Amino acid sequence: MAKEKKTMNLNFGPQHPAAHGVLRLILELDGELVEKVDPHIGLLHRGTEKLIEHKTYAQALPYFDRLDYVAPMNQEHAFALATEKLLDIQIPIRAQYLRVIFCEIGRILSHLLNITTQALDVGALTPSLWGFEERETLMTFYERASGSRLHANYFRTGGVHQDVPNNLLVDIGKFCETFPKIIDDLENLLTDNRIFKQRNVQIGIVTKEEALAHSFSGVMLRGSGVPWDLRKSQPYECYKDLDFKVPVGKNGDCYDRYLCRVEEMRESVKIIKQCLKKIPIGPIKTVDGKISPPTRDQLKESMEALIHHFKLFTEGYRVPEGKVYTAVEAPKGEFGVYLISDGSSKPYRCKIRAPGFSHLQAMDYLLKGHMLADVPAVLGSLDIVFGEVDR
Amino acid sequence: MNLTDLNKLINSELTTKIKNTNIENNELSIDVKVENLYQVILFLKTDEKCKFKQLIDIAAADYPDEEYRFEICYLFLSHENNLRIKIIINFNLDEKIPSITKLYPSANWMEREVFDMYGIKFKNHPDLRRILTDYGFDGHPLRKDFPLTGFNEVRYSEKDKKVIYEKVKLEQDYRKFDFDSPWEGTKYIDEIKNKGKQDG
Repeated sequence: MAKEKKTMNLNFGPQHPAAHGVLRLILELDGELVEKVDPHIGLLHRGTEKLIEHKTYAQALPYFDRLDYVAPMNQEHAFALATEKLLDIQIPIRAQYLRVIFCEIGRILSHLLNITTQALDVGALTPSLWGFEERETLMTFYERASGSRLHANYFRTGGVHQDVPNNLLVDIGKFCETFPKIIDDLENLLTDNRIFKQRNVQIGIVTKEEALAHSFSGVMLRGSGVPWDLRKSQPYECYKDLDFKVPVGKNGDCYDRYLCRVEEMRESVKIIKQCLKKIPIGPIKTVDGKISPPTRDQLKESMEALIHHFKLFTEGYRVPEGKVYTAVEAPKGEFGVYLISDGSSKPYRCKIRAPGFSHLQAMDYLLKGHMLADVPAVLGSLDIVFGEVDR
Repeated sequence: MNLTDLNKLINSELTTKIKNTNIENNELSIDVKVENLYQVILFLKTDEKCKFKQLIDIAAADYPDEEYRFEICYLFLSHENNLRIKIIINFNLDEKIPSITKLYPSANWMEREVFDMYGIKFKNHPDLRRILTDYGFDGHPLRKDFPLTGFNEVRYSEKDKKVIYEKVKLEQDYRKFDFDSPWEGTKYIDEIKNKGKQDG
């Protein structure tokens, strides 16, 4: 007599500390084996794309901070690059370096959060306590440059909002000296840790072909052995003048992805150090008065500046007609903006390509045949942030 | 291989299947009829030279006043050639678009999102249901005739002791100002550039 197979449905989330936000997973279990995963997303859907269609280009920018809120400036970067491509403008060199410095800080912020929370998911508490202290320091840098710790709204079309205050770059330099020691400490806790390895090695393996077919990007792709980094292959800003390596994994499992992230943090520190050496003195946004607003001083002296100021903050600058796609290497992968302009001062359509969306989609493929306890480990290594998945 | 080579290759290999190609802002886009879409994408994926193995995104747009109301743009990336390509289709709502989930498994959620946001239906999609909007949501929010404020709002009712849905009530309508003005915008940039070309 054949035994009847019974499966059990389990609701994981939306309120679960290991769900990294508001993810609802409907798991079909055969004993402890996962048979099917159906992620339900959209619980954090705020209609960003619709809202952007009703805002001017300058007003649309802050929405990007709220996508992947762990590394806000990397998101802003993609949108700023898209509008600059349509406007066909070059930004000053100092602005390029400032952007790169803050994007790399964003990368460290994001990787620190991911590595430490992944460790937390598999049972290690201390890394998150150590990592979050460094995140705090980094967010202070954000605050000193832009005025806010998380939703920076610092990048502008044509450059950045304002120059960094005195000594900020010096302090970032000091941080770069001490931070590698912290990475070493984290590695001491995790890399050779028996429990951490048992939970991550050979778990959630992705082959090269599958990684491509599932539209993986960033660490998810590099962990599987594809040497692909947009900063190298399609360089934007001043990345082509900087010397850094792209860490690539071998086995494509959760552990390799962890190792890639650790190495990427070291590379980011290297990049920031080079930027601090090379950064020139000069303007931080385009001098074109039709795009970047005048300074307060000019406003009081010049009639033209006053007119520009008024027009920029009511109508906004108009962007020539066209359709462009620009992508940046955000910490989580390829973050892209597909922008359609109809020649007015508001985007006609702005499609946001979030890396996490494709990664989360592969949950069913990644978890089939794994044990229930592997669900948080795999989810942690996907590096999901719901701000960008749900948009 | 660069963009112009790719453009030539596609024009010679797929002459009958494509409407036209153009390179703008250093991006190659190809207009395709809906009935040829699957064939064209199959070619791009399997051809020895193209190798567009990764689907980056599917982006739809709504043009209510045009002959064909909807437009879908498929973005592909080829790692081997380090090239990107856009495939664009224009169609009306009565047409069903062939799903490409068989070619690219990641198209599954992207097509679901397009369906959710625009109400565009895909043929042969394994699981076409809403993805981002609320359970039981009505309407397609990214269409241009869908109001920004939506139709329903959710709140906790102290009286009923549960979360309730009700019609959106606004003290003031969403205001849309018309800033149309003789301000020249950024057109003058082109003028300067053209002038530079003539001089130089």
